[in-house]
Amino acid sequence: MDNERSNNILSDLTGLAKFTGRVVHHLINPPFENREMLKQSYFIGYKTLPLIAVTAFILGLVLTLQSRPVLVDFGAETLLPGMISVSIVREIGPVVTALICAGKIGSGIGAELGSMKVTEQIDAMEVSGTNPMKFLVATRVVATTLMLPILVFFADAISFIGSFIAVNLHGDISARLFLTDAFTPLHFYDLIPATIKSFFFGFAIGVIGCYKGYTAGFGTEAVGRAANSAVVVASVAIFVIDMLVVQLQHSMEALQF
Amino acid sequence: MVRLEHLNKTFQDNEVLKDVNLSIPRGENAVIIGQSGIGKSVLIKCMVRLLEPDAGLIEILGEEVTRLEEEKLNALRKKIGFLFQGNALYDSMSVRENLEFPLVRNNMAGTKKDLEHKVLEALDNVGLRKTIDMMPSELSGGMKKRIGLARTLILKPEIILYDEPTTGLDPITSKEISNLIISLQQQYHTTSIIITHDISCVEITANKIHVLKDGILYASGRYEEMKQSNDPWIYNFFN
Ligand SMILES: Nc1ncnc2c1ncn2[C@@H]1O[C@H](COP(=O)(O)OP(=O)(O)OP(=O)(O)O)[C@@H](O)[C@H]1O
Ligand SMILES: [Mg+2]
Repeated sequence: MDNERSNNILSDLTGLAKFTGRVVHHLINPPFENREMLKQSYFIGYKTLPLIAVTAFILGLVLTLQSRPVLVDFGAETLLPGMISVSIVREIGPVVTALICAGKIGSGIGAELGSMKVTEQIDAMEVSGTNPMKFLVATRVVATTLMLPILVFFADAISFIGSFIAVNLHGDISARLFLTDAFTPLHFYDLIPATIKSFFFGFAIGVIGCYKGYTAGFGTEAVGRAANSAVVVASVAIFVIDMLVVQLQHSMEALQF
Repeated sequence: MVRLEHLNKTFQDNEVLKDVNLSIPRGENAVIIGQSGIGKSVLIKCMVRLLEPDAGLIEILGEEVTRLEEEKLNALRKKIGFLFQGNALYDSMSVRENLEFPLVRNNMAGTKKDLEHKVLEALDNVGLRKTIDMMPSELSGGMKKRIGLARTLILKPEIILYDEPTTGLDPITSKEISNLIISLQQQYHTTSIIITHDISCVEITANKIHVLKDGILYASGRYEEMKQSNDPWIYNFFN
């Protein structure tokens, strides 16, 4: 039983790896479906923007409220904006945004392609002179990969607003002072690993969503299963990628200094 | 026109098609019947390479389908219409966009006016002009079938593969669809392969009937011949 299960996971992973190879092939080799890609990017941004705005705002607010007492105990209250900004920009912003996108976009792609697969729409495209790997898959993967860093940037900005309001609940601080405090401990090169990470998160969400939809079995319940496992696998992938990028970043820093 | 020799298709350990041999001359309506799950859809999907056959020859319009590169395959697919068992209408697109899709994707759209004209003509063929701006989810089952048919015909294919065109429809609508198939065939002089369980559809459309069983085409003949068959399965199907 356990053996069978690990076999399944293994074959799923090799399937995913092969699929990723095919996707990369179509990302490199023309023709490209630029119009469809723009449409998908627009949809992805448009669909998640409100959700991300709300969560990022609350995140910034709550994180600040929760961290404050500790810093007050140490008499280090002025460090609050800086601490929050570092944790948001480096870690929480990208990861939370990616998880929300995995839930919203990954499942959407899984369900959409899954139902297209089950109802033979993908086959119909193929006989209409359209390569579905290019038209459906490559476009979505490009869209998620490009949109995620943008969404992360947006989420970071909104959570700063939440954090600013939380700081202000306990005494006046001007927006200018807040921003100075927030940006002082941040370096430009904090943004680089965070952005690289976000690209990979976006790529993983797109590829996994498409893979799960594309390989959905038969019947309507296959669609639900595709959507569900797209979210689960993408979420795990996000944490794994996060860990790898952080490890890589630390070992590179160690080499430099 | 269409020639299959020793066609074999196996999924893992499930040998669905063992040794299928079939030859269909131009202009003929060939009907394929057979039990559910026997491999009828697999057979016609192999013909357009939606599934890769494991062995055998498929020749359509003089081209050896299994040997074609993507570009040539797409050129051939343009000449083959495929009506899917579940219509396969794109649910995210309106009826108009569904019909435009094959034209646009095959660079056959022409000017905006040409495109509009072709879409309307296709809709008129199936008598559903008024649905042009509806979404597939707003259509009834029979309407979906007909829009699917219109989309299949819009490229004016030389060969049409119909996968259960009348299944799930009431007897009257189903007869209408069968008659539509015949009238369109006479209008455009197409060759057709029709998969069906529907005896009235067989009666209306078939020039020749082939029975798929145990991975081979195990009997062929005209409607009257089939009706008097000694084989119990065939006899039961037709009587
Ligand atoms: N992509 C696939 N992968 C694995 N097995 C498949 C696949 N497609 C079809 N099969 C199997 O091939 C067999 C024949 O399926 P097919 O869809 O051709 O049946 P059918 O004759 O069209 O039946 P129906 O009349 O119900 O449509 C079935 O056992 C099915 O499980
Ligand atoms: Mg079938």
